[in-house]
Amino acid sequence: MEGLKVAEADLVVYVHPSKSNQVRRAVLRQLSSLLFTHDEIFDGVVLAYEVNIPSKRAKVISGLIPYIGVKIKANLLLFSPKPSMLIGGKVVKLGKESIHVVVLGFSSAAIMLEDIREEFKYKIKHGEGVFASSSHKRHVIKAGSMIRFQVKSFDEEILHISGSLLPSNTGCIQWLSKHGTEDGSYADSSLKTSDIQREMQEEGTLNTTTGDKSPNKTQKHKSKKRTRGDR
Amino acid sequence: MGVEPQGNGFSVDGAEEGFISDSEAFASVINVLDGVRMAPSLVAQVDKEQYYYLVSVVNPGRKIGPVDEALTVTALKALTRAVFKIDIMYHGALLNNIFLTSIWDYDLETRNAFLELITTMATLPDKFLENCLHVLLCNFRPPNWLKAPFCHSKRWLMRKKEVHSELHLALHCITTLVPLAPVRLKCLIEKLMSRVTEDKYIMVTYVEGLLGLEKNEIGKFLGSTVMAKVVDLLTDLDVNIPWEDILQEEQNKSVFVIELGDSNQDDEHSSIKQNGVLKCNVFADKLDGLMVVVCDHLKSCADTGCLLEGFDRLSEIFRRAVLKLHKSKFTQFLIFYACSLDPDTCGLKFAILLTDIFVSKDEDPDSRHPSSSLLEFDRMKAVAYLASYLSRAKFISSSLVTSILQRLVDWCFEYCQLQESREKMISPQADRIFYSGCQAVMYILCFRLRSISDVPHLKQLLFHLPLDSILCHPTLDPLKVCLPLIVQEFLRQASAARLFKKPMPYFYDDSFESEFSKAFGGIERLDMFFPFDPYLLKESDRFMRPNFEFWDNVRTTYSNFDGDEVDDELEDLDVPNFPDDAGGYEVHNDIDFDNEDDIELPMSKMSITPKPSFLHPIATNFSQPSLMPARIRPSQSPPSPRQGILSRREWRG
Repeated sequence: MEGLKVAEADLVVYVHPSKSNQVRRAVLRQLSSLLFTHDEIFDGVVLAYEVNIPSKRAKVISGLIPYIGVKIKANLLLFSPKPSMLIGGKVVKLGKESIHVVVLGFSSAAIMLEDIREEFKYKIKHGEGVFASSSHKRHVIKAGSMIRFQVKSFDEEILHISGSLLPSNTGCIQWLSKHGTEDGSYADSSLKTSDIQREMQEEGTLNTTTGDKSPNKTQKHKSKKRTRGDR
Repeated sequence: MGVEPQGNGFSVDGAEEGFISDSEAFASVINVLDGVRMAPSLVAQVDKEQYYYLVSVVNPGRKIGPVDEALTVTALKALTRAVFKIDIMYHGALLNNIFLTSIWDYDLETRNAFLELITTMATLPDKFLENCLHVLLCNFRPPNWLKAPFCHSKRWLMRKKEVHSELHLALHCITTLVPLAPVRLKCLIEKLMSRVTEDKYIMVTYVEGLLGLEKNEIGKFLGSTVMAKVVDLLTDLDVNIPWEDILQEEQNKSVFVIELGDSNQDDEHSSIKQNGVLKCNVFADKLDGLMVVVCDHLKSCADTGCLLEGFDRLSEIFRRAVLKLHKSKFTQFLIFYACSLDPDTCGLKFAILLTDIFVSKDEDPDSRHPSSSLLEFDRMKAVAYLASYLSRAKFISSSLVTSILQRLVDWCFEYCQLQESREKMISPQADRIFYSGCQAVMYILCFRLRSISDVPHLKQLLFHLPLDSILCHPTLDPLKVCLPLIVQEFLRQASAARLFKKPMPYFYDDSFESEFSKAFGGIERLDMFFPFDPYLLKESDRFMRPNFEFWDNVRTTYSNFDGDEVDDELEDLDVPNFPDDAGGYEVHNDIDFDNEDDIELPMSKMSITPKPSFLHPIATNFSQPSLMPARIRPSQSPPSPRQGILSRREWRG
């Protein structure tokens, strides 16, 4: 599935002095507050993290409250769907006008009728509503099926995806994996994914700070830093 | 294709009879919505009128006929399909009307259609989730016009149950479709919580609905938000009840008359002043109603087997909030009730929680630390809660009490050991934690000594505790510092049970308090803090009463002792108000109140045990000579102290 990536980050977490006897716990707590929120710096929704505190020394910031700046290295799992990416999710509700999908268990997605290709027609089968393909008898989308769809837009505030089933490589994942698509664009999309994976491996670390957003001091990594447009 | 009966077309001039199908309605609605999707000045008059007609149909208000209601259903269903056409800018009036709907006015089908619409709207990208959650939460409250006496009718009780369960279902559906909705819901719950000034029925219904949410599947996402806000509301009401309302109206009667034995079957006598003093207080009334609702909720949690999580949340809230409150009056009974539902697990946990706070070593040990005085007060409050809890909870076993006592005594003993090199002066402030611990031990033993002594192995344990070295410590001398009445009662029971090997000093001090006790109690008077004193709220009393130990019913160690021993001790005490027939409580548990002969019971049977309930923190008449506690029966007991003594002298002949 596209849109997921793992990033390594060098972060500085500012810990309040009252938590100085439980630093690791405070750091984990601070990182937990990032979960399931979209962060501009990471350019994605933080889904999971793995923290490593390399050094036992930390700098005390001078100021009204002497926060302790703890340097950490973290691996972050990020989710950032971009338009025209292909995403998979589970259908939770089917209506005449829309299909509602839940992606990765936390993000809701909706596909409106106008974004569903002509091939699919709403029918009532066995008492429940389904979207059945008129050209392929077995290709059916119903509540509970896993589908792949294309991202139209992503609302970063409430993590809602607007999706589209127009491209021909979208639809029920089970059916697609068995049959592929006729014009071979399915093969193209698989190529696309491995390309991206290679890019990710070559990628350097993302240098960033969090908390008070103080200026980035590690200038030497600048050459490795990729801008967002590269990917 | 559904066929709706009697629906009008959405054209203003058509009051057409006839049926309208779903798809027609849908097409119609789309037209109407599109018609106003432009700057207001450009909208054609016809379109505008149609649009406003739609707006009015969607939420027609109360008292509409079945025809109109069917029309509303059609409109709502059509809108559900057309949600993606609703524009936040151009369709403001429509949205407004939808989000202000109160579904209590409508019947089942309309409600379902409305909730379907709301659920679908919530899933639209970025537009309406917050508003949808808001309208659902608001609908937990009944409409303003639904007040007493209507609200108690069967029809509306049914309606309330239906509405609440439908709302829970709708919220659950939204959570399935939008998994992160509970995050928003949490914030909204905190914002929309009732205020203390709200009408009682509305407040109670709203809280009931919220607590139902907690039991629902959504509950696990909401965590302790709901319970925390409910307890906040309860404590707000609690602290707003003025103490004066709890005091007796007549000064002569002692405050302990509030405590009435629960073995009283006789209505005439048992309704003496019972809770009458709290009748007029509005906040008490609301608190009462809410306590009923929350206790019901706890009971249903226990029935479905999820009491433990509820209890964990409640005890966390207690530790964070209620414990730090200055003398809350009734809110703490929530946790009392929760413990009573599962004494072996919850009851035990609560006792251990309080004990741990008291003996805690992870607080700052340096007494010069400025914040340590706050921690000291927390520990003192914790031990006061512990003492009151262990004494008053019928469901706590003697063995648990003994083991807790062991811990308390051990802590006090260690404290004593550290006092070797001190000058010989009592300083109540410095050793306040110690004194509160000692007082707690004595208070618990006042209630429990007899029942512990009845069990041989527990009696062994208790008698081996170093109580005399603590209580008779030369420098600290808790017997002088702690509240005299408790000390007196304790010594009395201890000597009757022969707890101490050497004779203990006997105090003739029958005053309510002393300078020392005031000193160690501090500003908040924690020396007189007995949080689980008898419960005064009427409606919710039925939850607490079966598990509550009244002093009247406590078996004391001296109650078997008749005779002169008791008599002699009476001589020197100021005992204005005698219970006419109060004898050994054990013997006279089923006192016949109507028996006029009680007056002539021999003096030997009289017991003048001071009741710790007398030490209710609200007693403020210190200038008055201390009145001995009594079970007052108005027909027999003398109305004033003077007469009481007189009568006694008469009887002695």
